Amino acid sequence: MDVRDDLVDILAGFSLFADLSTPELESVVESFGEETFQDGARVLRQGLTGSNFYVILDGSAAIRVDEVDRSILRPGDFFGEISCLLGVPPVADIVAHTGLRCLVLPGNELERFLIAHPRVMFRLLQGEARKLRTTTRWLS
Amino acid sequence: MVELTATPFPPGRYPLLIVGSGPGALQLTYSLRRLGIEHAVISADPQPGGMFRHWPIFQRMLSWTKPYAEHERGTPAYERYDWNSLLADEAANRAIMPTVMDGTSYFPSRPEMERGLVKFAEATGIEIRYGCRWESISQDGNDFVLHTSDGVYRAPIAVFAVGVAEPWKPPVLDVEGVAQYGDLRPVETYADRRVFIAGKQNSGFEIASGLLPWARQIVLASPSRTRLSVDTRSLVGVRARYVQPYEDWALAGGVVILDASIDRVERTASCFRVHTKSPADGRVFVFEADDVIAATGFVTPLRDLPQLGVATFGQSRLPAQTPFWESTTVPGIFFAGTIMQGSQGLKKHGIPSNSGAVQGYRYNARVLASHLAGTRFGRPPERSVLKADAVVPFLLAEASRGPELWHQRSYLARVIEIDSDRGITDEGIQPLAHFVDDGGQDAVAVTLESNGREDPYPVIYVRSRGIVTEHLLPAHPLLDFEGPEYQRELSSTLRGVFDQAMLPSAQ
Repeated sequence: MDVRDDLVDILAGFSLFADLSTPELESVVESFGEETFQDGARVLRQGLTGSNFYVILDGSAAIRVDEVDRSILRPGDFFGEISCLLGVPPVADIVAHTGLRCLVLPGNELERFLIAHPRVMFRLLQGEARKLRTTTRWLS
Repeated sequence: MVELTATPFPPGRYPLLIVGSGPGALQLTYSLRRLGIEHAVISADPQPGGMFRHWPIFQRMLSWTKPYAEHERGTPAYERYDWNSLLADEAANRAIMPTVMDGTSYFPSRPEMERGLVKFAEATGIEIRYGCRWESISQDGNDFVLHTSDGVYRAPIAVFAVGVAEPWKPPVLDVEGVAQYGDLRPVETYADRRVFIAGKQNSGFEIASGLLPWARQIVLASPSRTRLSVDTRSLVGVRARYVQPYEDWALAGGVVILDASIDRVERTASCFRVHTKSPADGRVFVFEADDVIAATGFVTPLRDLPQLGVATFGQSRLPAQTPFWESTTVPGIFFAGTIMQGSQGLKKHGIPSNSGAVQGYRYNARVLASHLAGTRFGRPPERSVLKADAVVPFLLAEASRGPELWHQRSYLARVIEIDSDRGITDEGIQPLAHFVDDGGQDAVAVTLESNGREDPYPVIYVRSRGIVTEHLLPAHPLLDFEGPEYQRELSSTLRGVFDQAMLPSAQ
C-alpha cells in the first residue's frame, strides 16, 4: 500500500465504495483530493458554476436551500453529483457542520471515474434512487 | 547594500512575528514594512531563499520568467509572464529575476532563483534575524510564545512561512535504503542501474527526467493514472518540463509508467524487490530494482502547532485556513508562502489556486499584509474613487491584464463597492471566497477563471442586498476582454442590478 492507509480503511466502510478491492480504493484515494471545512463554510454554493463531487469522510453538512436547512449529510454520504452530471450550478448550498472533512473529485472527472468504476456507478445510482424515493414520499 | 549578517530583532515582544526567510516571508515582510506595520522576522537559515537554497534537486525551476514579453518589464501586466520575481512598489526593485538570468532557459536555474531572492532582500532593505531556529510554541494570554535557539519571542500575531518541503513516505516504503526526494546521490552513481520511483507527480517525473541519461531502467508507479498539465490546462498534473519520461514510455523507449499500488518492498542481498498490483485488473508485477526512490509528497513542518490546536488536513498536513490565511482553529496564527495553499478557495472545476507557487502566494502575501494592517493595526488601505463611466473599462482591464487575477484564477478578485454616499470605490484585491461568503455591502468582483477544457474567461460576481450572483463572460481566443461586445455585456449586467444613476449608460 503506498497511499494513506487511514483513508483506505474509511472508504472501505462506505457503501459507495463497498465493491472495490484494496488497490482500487488506493487508486480512489490518490485520484481524489482531501479538503476540510470550517463550521459554517459553504462547500457548494447555490447558483455558482464549477462545483465538484464530494464524499464525506468525517463530520456533517447541511443541505440549505434559500437559507433553510432541509437535510443533514453524514460520513459516507456524497453530494455535488447532480451538478457535475448535468453541468449546471447547484440548486442548494451545502454548509459544513462539525468538522467536515471530504474527499473531492473535480466535477469534470466524475464521468470518467464512474465509467472506470461501474460498481461505484451502480451504488451511486442506488443512492440517487433512494433520494428520489424520499423526495417522492415527501411530496405525496 | 544591506548587511545580511546583521542580527536585528533580539528576543522580546513584537506586535507581529514572521518565521521564515523564503520568498513567502520576504514578500510578506516587504509588504508589511511598506504599510508601516512594525514586526520581527526570524529564520533558522543563514540567508534568504528558503527551499530554493537547495531545491529543485536537478537545479532548474519549474516556473518560468520570460525576459521579453508583450508588456514592459516592471509593469503589473508583465508579472503575468514572470512567475518568479517578488513584488515591489519601487520600479527599480520590480522584475528582478530577468536581470539575474543568463538566457540559456526561461526556467531560471536554482542558483539564479536564489540570487534573485537575495538581490530582492538586499535592494529592498529587508531585515531578518538569521540563524534563529524556532523550536516550540505555546500561548500565554493573548500572546504566542515562541521558544527559539536565540531566546523567547512573544507576539499576539504569528505568521509561519516555513514551506511544505519535508519529504514524506508511506509506511510501505519505510525500508532501509529507500531514498527520498532530497537525498539522491550524484546522478552518475545511477549509471546502468534499475531505478523504481514511487509516485507519479512532478517530483517523481523530475527525478525520472534527471536520471534518463543514466539509469538502465526507470519504473514510475502509483495507483492512479498520470495527468499532464497540458491536458488539465492548469498546474494540476505533470508539467511539460518533466514530461520526457512520459513520451519515452508512450513510444516504448524503455521507461515503464504503471498504474499500480505497491504491496510491499523487500530488500535482498543484491537489490530491492518491489511487489505491485494493478487497481484495474489485479495483475501483479514484481520489479527488481537497484534503487527505490519515494517521490510520494511533502509535509508541512509545523512542529508543535498541532498541539497548540492548529487543525491540519491531507497527506501534506496543511493547516486548515480561512480565506485570509488564518488558522481556522487558532485565531492569530497565520501562514504565508506555499503553506497558503491550505486556504483552498472555491476550487471551481476542481482546479486549485496557485498558492503553492511563488506566482500565486506573492499576491496572497500582499493581500494578507493589507488585511492585517486594516483589521489588526487600525490602518485600512486608502481606497480610490471611480467615476461611473470608468467602472466597466476598469473591470475589463483587470480581467485582461490584472496579474493577481491571471495567476490566482477563481481565487483572487478585484472588488469595487457601490455606495450611495461614498460612491464607487476600488476595494483592491480580495480572496473570492471572502467576497462570496462573508457578506457586505453592494459590490462587484471580477475574476479570471478556467474550467480545465477551454480558454480562460472573466467572471463577474455581483453582490446586491447580500445575495451574490455569478455572470460568466465569454472566452476570447486572444484573451482580450476589452472589446465592445464585452463592454456591452458587462454594462448590461451591472445596469440590471444597481441604481441606474450609479452606473454608466450602455456603450
